[in-house]
Formats: sequence, structure tokens, C-alpha cells
Amino acid sequence: MAELWTNYLWPLLLIVVHSVAVLLILMTAIAYILYADRKIWAAVQIRRGPNVVGPWGLLQSFADMLKFAIKEPIIPDGANKGLFILAPIVTCVLALSAWAVIPVAEGWAVADINVGILYIFAISSLGVYGIIMAGWASNSKYAFLSSLRSAAQMVSYEVSIGFVIITVLLCVGSLNLTAIVKAQDTQWGLLGWYWLPLFPMFIIFFVSALAETNRPPFDLVEAESELVAGFMVEYGSTPYVLFMLGEYVAITTMCAMCVILFMGGWLSPIPFPPFTWVPGVIWFTLKVLFVFFMFALVKAFVPRYRYDQLMRLGWKVFLPISLVMVVIVAGVLQYTGLAPK
Amino acid sequence: MRLDLAAKQLFLWEFVQAIGLSMRYFFKPKPTINYPFEKNPLSPRFRGEHALRRYPNGEERCIACKLCEAICPAQAITIEAGPRRNDGTRRTTRYDIDMVKCIYCGYCQEACPVDAIVEGPNFEFATETREELYYDKARLLANGDRWEREIAQNIALDAPYR
Repeated sequence: MAELWTNYLWPLLLIVVHSVAVLLILMTAIAYILYADRKIWAAVQIRRGPNVVGPWGLLQSFADMLKFAIKEPIIPDGANKGLFILAPIVTCVLALSAWAVIPVAEGWAVADINVGILYIFAISSLGVYGIIMAGWASNSKYAFLSSLRSAAQMVSYEVSIGFVIITVLLCVGSLNLTAIVKAQDTQWGLLGWYWLPLFPMFIIFFVSALAETNRPPFDLVEAESELVAGFMVEYGSTPYVLFMLGEYVAITTMCAMCVILFMGGWLSPIPFPPFTWVPGVIWFTLKVLFVFFMFALVKAFVPRYRYDQLMRLGWKVFLPISLVMVVIVAGVLQYTGLAPK
Repeated sequence: MRLDLAAKQLFLWEFVQAIGLSMRYFFKPKPTINYPFEKNPLSPRFRGEHALRRYPNGEERCIACKLCEAICPAQAITIEAGPRRNDGTRRTTRYDIDMVKCIYCGYCQEACPVDAIVEGPNFEFATETREELYYDKARLLANGDRWEREIAQNIALDAPYR
């Protein structure tokens, strides 16, 4: 009995507590990231943004959440009821489960698994299913067409994200996210992180992350001025909130991935004492916020891409560049003897 | 493709410039007014919610001439006149404005020979139901009593230009 407790039940309890803690913190963070998104967007357009609910509008997201929660969920006539309800749940749960492997500081991951990056890649690819299901189950041609567009977009940009990840993995020699961060821990600090040596890949990853999460300027799926809400047209109330939540969690996941792969995760940008005393989780949060700030800025100043331009960028610009970079990085590592053993 | 153009594209030069521009706008003072707490000044000619005015002695100004009803392009006004009184004037028995139909063109106040129907400065009369926007005579007269000071001042301010 004692063995059962120490071997199975106690670790299980620990994992549950960790997961709940991560989810709670993540949800609160998402509420404020949504608020920050709107505030940044507004500020660039010289508007004030939400500023009425709570001091400086800080409670706006919670008010929105409450408003959605007390609305009536409507299931359209002719929709596939099961799938219609399942789709937002799938999107949201998949997006949230990606955070299980993300190390916010050294050893601070719910599951520090050895194939962490593959897990995240798989989870974010599965996100397409939520969108396809939503579009198909809605029994509306607009939702369906938009979900097809979204699926095509996400699949095309996953290809280049895959190659970007491969170049990083070539440099690290491990699929473990913690190992990826540790590999960037050099005496150069800020300059030793992979954004500089793998520079074009960093940009490609950032732009592909925008496309992968259907963020502007690649938000053709739900282009507010043209398509109302894309695959979410038929959704309202709580199912819509789940989509929204899934979308923003996916965005923070991508920011976190960007930080882990290219910006040294929880490492201090300047590798000597006053800065290394700051806990890793604070550096990690600051970096994620910085990347999210860039996400929000891009939303504010880049005009939306046309669909053919989007596909051209994905297949004819990013794919060749990242393919060539994989070859170059592999060659350089092999012939300079820098390759990890 | 020219080399410098290619370099500019590779290093996303235009995006870097755009970030600089956005950051400049980011810290600019915001011209938006905090609407429910602060409001923009209104012209004396502002055409808001309708009101029926009275003379200072409490007599209704409207003499049921129906010019406003005739000129209303949206046909939002319905008037029924009462019998001629001993002093030779008439008064309305019914004066309805369908605020949902009204296009706030101001023709009614232009047509009115006695400045009875006017569009006051109030624009915050949203209601929860459509029915509340079918104004009747009592409602319009109540508006007139409530907004008389502002309306009279606006008419006085605008008078030199008429």
C-alpha cells in the first residue's frame, strides 16, 4: 500500500496539483494578455482602449467572460450537435495541454519529457482539427470555406516551422525543451541565444507563428472586416469563449516557444550576478511578454495579406529559405566540429 | 532584383520602420474623449431629441397647423387637431413622433411658425424597447419642460444667423 502511494498516487497528486496551478495562472495571464492586446492595438491607433471596467479597465476581460457565460448558447438547426459542441472543447483543451511541457524556469515544467518539442509540434498541429470540426459541424458554407482556408494556412506554415525547429535541434542535439534552453547558456548571454546565430530562422519562426495562430496579418480566417468570424460564425456564448481562449493560449504557447527556441528561455540576458539573481521565471515571463508585444504590434501596423500572398510567402519564400538553412546549419556544424555529440 | 532591395526585404526593413512609427504613435496623447464622463461641445443648431415647447405662461405653443406633419420626409409625425377654441386658436389632441422613423433632418422645427416643435440638445435617449421610442404628446411636452432652458438659449444663440 505504501509502495502504491509513493510510486503512483503521490506523483499523480503532484501532477494534478501542478496542472491546476499552471492552468489557473495561465487563465489569469490570458485574461490580461487579451486586455494587453486590445490596449496595445488601441494605443498604436491613438485610441484609449478598454478603460471603464475596473481601474484602467483591468477587469474588462472578466466582464467579457461573464457576458459570454450568461448568454444563451445557440446550436444552429442542421448542425451536427456532438461535433459542434466538441470542436471548441478540442481547440481549447489542445491549446491548454501544450503548456504541460513548457519549462518556465529550470525544472519548472509539469512534464519534463524528452520529446517535449515534438509534443508541442504535434499538439499545435492537432489544433487544425478543432477548426475543421467547427467549420464542418456548423452546417454553414461560410464557416466551412473559412475552416478550409484556415486548415490550408496552418498546414503550410507548419512545414516551415518544422524546418526551423530542425535547425535548432541540430544545434542542440536534444528534443527536450529544458536541454534546448540550457544549450543557449553561454558566457555571451544575450548574444549566445539562438536568435543571432540562426537569425533568419528566428524571423521565419516568428512570422510562421503568426500564421499558425491565425493572428493578423494572416487572420484571413476571421478577417473582421470581411468575414465576420470565419469558422466561428455560428458560435456564441461559452463555446465561443472556448475558441477565443484556445486562440490566445495558442498565441502564448507560440510566444513561449519563440522564447525557448531563440531567446534563451529563463536565462538572464546578461550572464553575471545582479541579473542572474533574478529568478528564471521572471525572465521567462518578461521575454514572453516582449514577444507578445511584438505580436500585438504586428497586428496593429501590418495590413492583412491576401490569400495568394499568404500561400506564396509560405511555400515559395519560407520553405526554400528554411530548407537551405537546414542544409547550411547541418554542414557548418559537421565541418566545424561544433555539432553536439 | 537589385541587391539593396533584396537586403531590405531580407532584413524586413519596412517592418522595422513600421515598428518605429507604431511606437511613436503608441506614446502620443490620445485624442479620444472619455465619452460617458466627458463630452464634446455641441452646436446650438444640434438636432437631438424632439420637444414641444410652451409659452412662459404655460400655454402650449403648438397651434395644430400640421406643417411639421406635412413636411416630415419620413412621415414620422402624426397630429390630430382639437376643435377651435373661444380665442380662435386650435390645439392638438394628439401629437405623436415615431422616433424610430425620424431621420433628425430638422425640417419640423424649420417649418414650425411658433417654435413649438424643436430638436433639443439631448442625444442620450436610448431605450430598452422599441415602444418607448413612440413619443406621444405628453412625453414631448415633458421633454420641452425639462430642456426649456437649453432650448431657449440655443434658439437665442442661433437667432442672429437666421
